[in-house]
Amino acid sequence: MDKRSVSLRVNGRQYEREVEPRLSLADFLRHELDLTGTHLGCEHGVCGACTVLIDGRTARSCLTFAVQVDGCEVTTVESLASPDGALNVLQQAMREKHGLQCGFCTPGVLMTLTELLNDNPDPTEDDVRTVLTGNLCRCTGYSGMVEAALEASRRMREQRGN
Amino acid sequence: MGAQQFGARVARVEDPALLSGRGRFVDDVKLPGMLHACFVRSPHGHARIRGIDAAAAKALPGVHAVFTADDMPAPMAAERMPMLVPNPAISAALTQHCLAREEVCYVGQTVAVVIADSRHIAEDAAALVDVDYDPLKAVSDCREALKDGSPRAHLALDTNIASKFRMAYGDVDAAFASAAHVFSEDIWQHRGGGMAMEARAVIAQPDPLSGLLTVWSATQTPHIGRRMMADLLDRSLESIRVIAPDVGGGFGPKAIFYAEEAVIPAAALKLNRPVKWTEDRREHFMCATQERDQYWNVSIALDPYGKIVGVRGTLLHDTGAFVPWGIIMPYIAAATMPGPYVIPNYALDVTVALTNKVATTPVRGAGRPQAVFAMERLMDRAAQELELDPTEIRRRNFIQPEQMPYSVGLTFRDGKPLVYDSGDYPKAQSEALRLIDHAAFRRRQSKARTEGRFIGIGLANYVEGTGLGPYEGVTVRILPNGKVAVATGATNQGQGTRTTLAQVVADRLGCRFDDIVMTIGDTAAISQGIGAFASRQAVNAGSSAALAGAEVRTQVVKLAAQVLGVPADDIDVEDGMAVARHGNRQSVSFRDLARLAQGMPGFSLAPGQTPGLEHTAYFAPPQAAYCSGTHVVEVEVDPMIGSVQIIDYAVAHDSGKIINPLIVDGQIQGGVAHGIGNALLEWMRYDENAQPLTTTFADYLIPMATDVPTCKIAHVESPSPLNPLGVKGAGEGGTIPAAAAIVAAVEDALAEFGVHFAECPLMPDRIVEALRRAGAYEKLGEVA
Repeated sequence: MDKRSVSLRVNGRQYEREVEPRLSLADFLRHELDLTGTHLGCEHGVCGACTVLIDGRTARSCLTFAVQVDGCEVTTVESLASPDGALNVLQQAMREKHGLQCGFCTPGVLMTLTELLNDNPDPTEDDVRTVLTGNLCRCTGYSGMVEAALEASRRMREQRGN
Repeated sequence: MGAQQFGARVARVEDPALLSGRGRFVDDVKLPGMLHACFVRSPHGHARIRGIDAAAAKALPGVHAVFTADDMPAPMAAERMPMLVPNPAISAALTQHCLAREEVCYVGQTVAVVIADSRHIAEDAAALVDVDYDPLKAVSDCREALKDGSPRAHLALDTNIASKFRMAYGDVDAAFASAAHVFSEDIWQHRGGGMAMEARAVIAQPDPLSGLLTVWSATQTPHIGRRMMADLLDRSLESIRVIAPDVGGGFGPKAIFYAEEAVIPAAALKLNRPVKWTEDRREHFMCATQERDQYWNVSIALDPYGKIVGVRGTLLHDTGAFVPWGIIMPYIAAATMPGPYVIPNYALDVTVALTNKVATTPVRGAGRPQAVFAMERLMDRAAQELELDPTEIRRRNFIQPEQMPYSVGLTFRDGKPLVYDSGDYPKAQSEALRLIDHAAFRRRQSKARTEGRFIGIGLANYVEGTGLGPYEGVTVRILPNGKVAVATGATNQGQGTRTTLAQVVADRLGCRFDDIVMTIGDTAAISQGIGAFASRQAVNAGSSAALAGAEVRTQVVKLAAQVLGVPADDIDVEDGMAVARHGNRQSVSFRDLARLAQGMPGFSLAPGQTPGLEHTAYFAPPQAAYCSGTHVVEVEVDPMIGSVQIIDYAVAHDSGKIINPLIVDGQIQGGVAHGIGNALLEWMRYDENAQPLTTTFADYLIPMATDVPTCKIAHVESPSPLNPLGVKGAGEGGTIPAAAAIVAAVEDALAEFGVHFAECPLMPDRIVEALRRAGAYEKLGEVA
């Protein structure tokens, strides 16, 4: 199949690749760039495990073709921790509040909550639950990740206040 | 000394990698030269295969092979897959071929496999494989399957009955004949799939140099998988290594062994290349096992005071086209029904029907949610008829804590008499009622009604046999660098198995939690293993971790006493050091002891000393440890659209001693979410030709963040006397009584209309239909 060139930034790094037009962004990230943190749970746009940020907005990488993000900035779960492995505030809160079990949906959840906390520094529980309807989790029953988002927003507000 | 780990809310060791995108799931594994597989699957519920033409598929550039049954090695080419849990009550002991031969019996059954350079090419080629099918009449509904003249699920069978058995004790007919009250219920129950967010996946890598076949599989049971592969491929166990790396949820369907787990290794061996297969969600809906339909017709007999004198009835279970895990679910259901109540006489006649649908095997709860639903619906019905509060009729019938251990009178699936080892059922119910402020509920309900809102409350009790045998093993070994290696046949699909086992070892051995290096889900790590199902790992592997840790501590003490020249009973072991309690507290580290324990080339060990500081324990429980609990739920129903919102949810749960409350609470909360799905959302639908109709998450709904409230949880701790930790399983109790409590609450919310529900999932259209039949909309119209 004919290939097209695609040029994009992922987690701050520039990539140029030749890809088949039918290659999804998720498969591109996972198998071309070896960024396997982004997961595929349904490949039909419902479960949200594949959620990444494209130019700062959440998107389903399973429903996005790699060629569509030519010229874009893509942010994935691999960008969240510090290079030395230290967890960021949201990741740390997810651990403390037991917001994950098997960890498969977690990358998508983190990207959804990253966008939420960027947009809304002081979300209510309803706000958190509403954005999380785009991410299915079979393990946790959601309460840990909801608490984690609220706790992270509290800590981030405190940090900004200082 | 390090803080006691047992009982502490220890943050999980699994988390940092999973939170950073550094988890390692099967599909994340990439091997040099790896090829990709796509299966050709039956599009028919039932058909004869007349021929397969793969020429066009093979001609596609990038395709390496198309394999059908005859291309598979002996014995799997011709023989059916082994049955995992045989039972003499199974009359039609059918399992499938890894690749179908003359007949396919459900949509999605594996017919051929395409191996290609990429997943894309493999999928393209699979569509080019021309299978000549002769479609046959399929049987879809398990009630139809029993009728004369019904199509047969298999050509070779003259019946669709896979099994008929009776579970009974006492003289139930005599009890019914003399009872003051008898009430009956006809119940339909459906449970869908496990729907782990990670679907199945297999990679097989042959190594021609060592002869080792390494298989990565998203499985709950790598050791069982290895045994099955050895049988099907006719290889010795030692030449196969199965690894279950990070696994994205299990919930039961990943406990069984699938055809794909044999076909992918066979293909890799044939091509002498690594081969990967990653299931997509559509395949998962079609081909991963589910629970599906049960029909219960049950009656309860009571004396004039509302005490149960007998329960009897029938259960019809849809097993699908095959019985790979035997008849465990209906068996467990029949054994679970008596629950926490004194039921002097009991009989349930069970029929297991074959249909042309994917096989049913345990999903979180494994038949228990259905049994609890049936029993609790009977209790609610009796309460209504006798004008007793639902809580009161249950109180009158509870087995009392002083009756423990309590022999129910049945044989459980482990073949042992069903004896509850411990539990305090009245206390669990009163705790759950307290959490939700049950005493004030009727006031809340009246107030809501004045606001035009319909709220209701429901409760359900359950008892669950957990921690089933045969065993699970743990090896504890002190390494020459002072770290502690722990290996187990237990596995992790999100339960935090690494964390809980590390907690137990740290305490029992006397090492730092952070110094433990755990190997899990790898057959190379320990000789024998079983895996995750039946809420069994904390009991079995937890106990083995305690026994192995304690034994290695004894070895440490013995060696340290020699080294330090003090009596053994003067040695403490803490934080990876053996320390003399008296004098100037001399000490020796695990590192130094481990080096000494290796021995010196040419020198004899000291008398009584064994090589290394290590021990493997295989705890084998004498029988199941019975956990129990009560769920109470408050719901709001919108009668105009039949929607149900859960307002409040309380759980009192008795899983004995708790290793890590953070993890156990998470198991309960997640289990309740699954139960909410079963109660209100999840319905795997098929048409009359057994074609699956709900094969996306848009058609088959699982609970979202707005569907699941944060549960109020109380722990009632009745330690099990059957294992050294006093623990019981905690993985399924959150799911088991949920549907029963929720449907009861919906009924309570709509009590003024006199509607009655005996089904789950309870869908909005069914609620509206019941209200319409009851004339509710005329009444609501009058109010408006």
